[in-house]
Order: sequence, then C-alpha cells, then structure tokens
Amino acid sequence: MRITGAYYLVLAALVFGIGAVGLLVRRNVLVMFMCVELMLNAVTLTFVAFSRMLDDVGGQAIVFFVLVVAAAEVAVGLAIIVAIFRRREGATADDVHLLKG
Amino acid sequence: MEAFVFFAAAAILLGGALGVVLARNTVHSALFLVGALIAVAVLFVQQQAHLLAAVQVIVYAGAVVVLFLFVIMLLGVDDYESLEETIPFQRPAGIVLGVAAVVAVIALAGNTWATGRPSVRGSLTGPASGFGNVEAVGRELFTTFLWPFELTAVLLVLAVVGGVVLARRSHPGSGDAPDASAPRSEGAE
Repeated sequence: MRITGAYYLVLAALVFGIGAVGLLVRRNVLVMFMCVELMLNAVTLTFVAFSRMLDDVGGQAIVFFVLVVAAAEVAVGLAIIVAIFRRREGATADDVHLLKG
Repeated sequence: MEAFVFFAAAAILLGGALGVVLARNTVHSALFLVGALIAVAVLFVQQQAHLLAAVQVIVYAGAVVVLFLFVIMLLGVDDYESLEETIPFQRPAGIVLGVAAVVAVIALAGNTWATGRPSVRGSLTGPASGFGNVEAVGRELFTTFLWPFELTAVLLVLAVVGGVVLARRSHPGSGDAPDASAPRSEGAE
C-alpha cells in the first residue's frame, strides 16, 4: 500500500480541526495555547506534504519560519499568561475580557 | 512498512491531539502534546524532511513543551475549569463549526475550482527521490529566503525582550526587593 500525499493532507486537516475545536471549547488559557500549537503543527505537516508533492524545497524552508514564529509566540504568550496570573487567580479565559487590569 | 509507520504515527498524532483537548489535567495535556509533536516528527522523516524532523524534536518537543511545563508548574496545576457558559451554546457550536471546517477542507481538496484549476496542485501520488536533504534546504534558506531568514533574528530578539519585560515584576516601589515567593521570569529562549 502506497501512502500518497492525500493521506498526509487529510491527517493534517483532522489535527487542525481537533486543535480548532479545542481552542473554541476549552477555557483553560494554557490548554488553549497548546491547541494553537497543534494547529500550527498541522499546517507545517501540510507544508511538508505539499513540498514533497510539488518537488519544491521552499515548502520546507517555510516550515522553519513557522517554527521561529511559533517559538516567539510561545515566549511572549506565556509571559503574558504569567503576567495575568500575577494579578488574579484561575486560568479561565472568560475572566480576562478587558485589556485593562 | 511505509503504511505501517504512517498509520502508527497518525494514530499517535490523533490520540495526542484528542488527549490535549480532552485531558482534565493541564500537565497531562502537555504530555499528550509531546506525543503529538514527536509523531509529527516521525511523519517528517517519512517525507524525507530529516532536518525538519530534528528541529521539530529539539525546538518543539524540547524547548516549547518544557516552557509550557515551567509555566504550569510556576502557576500551579489547576484542575478546575469553569463549566458555566458565558456565550450560550458556545461548546456545541464550537464542535459543530470545527467538524464543518474539517469536512469543508476535505471536500474541497481534490476538487476543481470554477476556473478549471485543481484545488490541490502537484501530484497527490508520489515523492521525488533524494529530496529535501539538509543541503537543499540550507541552500534555499540562504539564497531565496535570505532576507526573511535575517529578519527572524530581529523577531527572536523582540520576543526575548518582550518576554522578559512582560514577565518581570513591575512594582515601582518594591524594585529589586527580595521576594522569595515571587515567581521570577524564566528565561524565554
């Protein structure tokens, strides 16, 4: 049985969907953040699959930039979460619906 | 063999993704996330993206998840999650929308647009051999993508500075007063 590019695309779509549903359903800010990471990983998987299907290394180079942006996003996002937790208890996203403390 | 590796990695990836969403404990979510990320690395290897697989394990499964765990431990594990709905029907609507999005993506892939172009370019059936080695990716990064590659340095410096500034304790009076119980800013990168 040959695993073609379509398998990877369907798998990535499923993972992206799970991440999106988790982002919408969960209230814990950290878990929501992890769901964003899942969605980013699904997209990188798609990039690599297309890179192979089109025989173009550019798709793999783009994944590097996705990784860099994801690392920067995690650093800043977790710093924001830590700053919010200093002011209030609990990790529920609905408690933080104003930009001011 | 190829099919076995793919389906095993796909099962771990889907199970890990579901575990992240469904686990009650935040630490369990983070551990499920590690499994999912390593399964993605396995799928990268299978598509001859060896360099990306190594970077995936080092950066994601290593640095990012460790950072997550640091923050979870710093803030205290919190099993409690509010079940009251501030927006009515948010959860069912979220699930329905997510399923609809996946169905739409899968249904649209492999179709043709109204202009006659296929919605998925490239052959869905085959890889090119000897493709995506470190040399090719490196050449692409340092020639075609040189300018964005240099800009990532700026982005990372900004992220480090932003992380330190945001996570720092900013009480004008207290300054550097020793506060043993205060959570310190952990090195972002």
